[in-house]
Amino acid sequence: MAVALDEKEYFYGHKGCAGCGGSLAVRLALKTLGENTFVVVPAGCMSAVGFVYPQLCFGVNALISPFASTGAMLSGVAVAAKALGFDDVNVVGFAGDGGTADIGLQALSGAIDRDDNIIYICYDNEAYMNTGIQQSSLTPYGTKTTTSPAGEHIHGSQNVKKDMFDIIAAHKIKYAATASIGNIPDYIRKVEKASKVKGAAYIHVAAPCPTGWGIASSDTIAIAREAIECGLWYLAEYENDEYTLNKPVKNFSSIEMYLKKQARFKHLTDEDIQTITQLRDRKWEELERRINRG
Amino acid sequence: MNRPEVNKDFKIKSSKELPCGTYGQAMLLTETMEGWRSERPVIHNEQCIHCNWCYMVCPEGVIYKEGNEMKIDYRFCKGCGICQKECKKGCIELILEGGE
Repeated sequence: MAVALDEKEYFYGHKGCAGCGGSLAVRLALKTLGENTFVVVPAGCMSAVGFVYPQLCFGVNALISPFASTGAMLSGVAVAAKALGFDDVNVVGFAGDGGTADIGLQALSGAIDRDDNIIYICYDNEAYMNTGIQQSSLTPYGTKTTTSPAGEHIHGSQNVKKDMFDIIAAHKIKYAATASIGNIPDYIRKVEKASKVKGAAYIHVAAPCPTGWGIASSDTIAIAREAIECGLWYLAEYENDEYTLNKPVKNFSSIEMYLKKQARFKHLTDEDIQTITQLRDRKWEELERRINRG
Repeated sequence: MNRPEVNKDFKIKSSKELPCGTYGQAMLLTETMEGWRSERPVIHNEQCIHCNWCYMVCPEGVIYKEGNEMKIDYRFCKGCGICQKECKKGCIELILEGGE
């Protein structure tokens, strides 16, 4: 491995469900960033499982922000660190998909606009898992959640997953990337890269949730890997106005196989799967058009 | 063992001992999670090639290297089974808790 990980654990003894993808993303990011890190977490799984007083699971300075203001609080911490003369610290935020794409979007947008020296990591488990699996704007088409139940006429979520990576890249951010816990070396490399950026950096990491997705707790990483293989998730980077596709997929594996392994997609008909395949193909055409083939 | 320590005797006797403001000591661990587990992973070190992959994939971070062996901090292992599934050499076994 190119990046040496810190041997110490900075997120330990938390109360996340067994096999939690989000907590793995947080753990690995903190091990990459090391001890000199300030963490901001909004309401969401990571604050709910990490701070159950008196069990405090973060080994670095960590604080909970109001739901909508992760980006604003990160800016504040970054500026305070600068004022105090700490020049070798990382300021990192871990927000879920709801806290990023729905509720925290304007604060994140503002923080990127100010270009403060922050890292924003969105762990995307594709619904509001902490409060009991409600639909968010990053929930993919056809997903069964408690607010988009699968019925006879409407088969789960009718919304298409918002493209957060593109929204962030449109800010002309210094560094943005998509990652997945299905490809850990790639994720660690991206966190390392983000920590070197002088300015705002954003990483969108796909982190499956066994509870919400209806998979076995041991399948978290395997299912994240399969999402990349079947083309429903992609690993890309954006810097200096250029897009790079890290892992171009030549032949996609079966979408149906991927979907049917998860209880949240069990109800899908062949037509729904056809729609999801079309959405995937359209997305990849779009990616192909804009990537840098250097 | 290079894992964090747990202080099970930690008790708040009166409200005066609660942290003033919304902060407390970092990594204050007062309870363990072994009761969450229904299956216990066991590493067969004789077949292990020390690729450290189980250490990387564990969401709890309970697998660590000590000397020449991979060990598991059973205090916090929730028995999710990711290590067993991801081990490329197949040298991690899941054993039902309470059984032999």
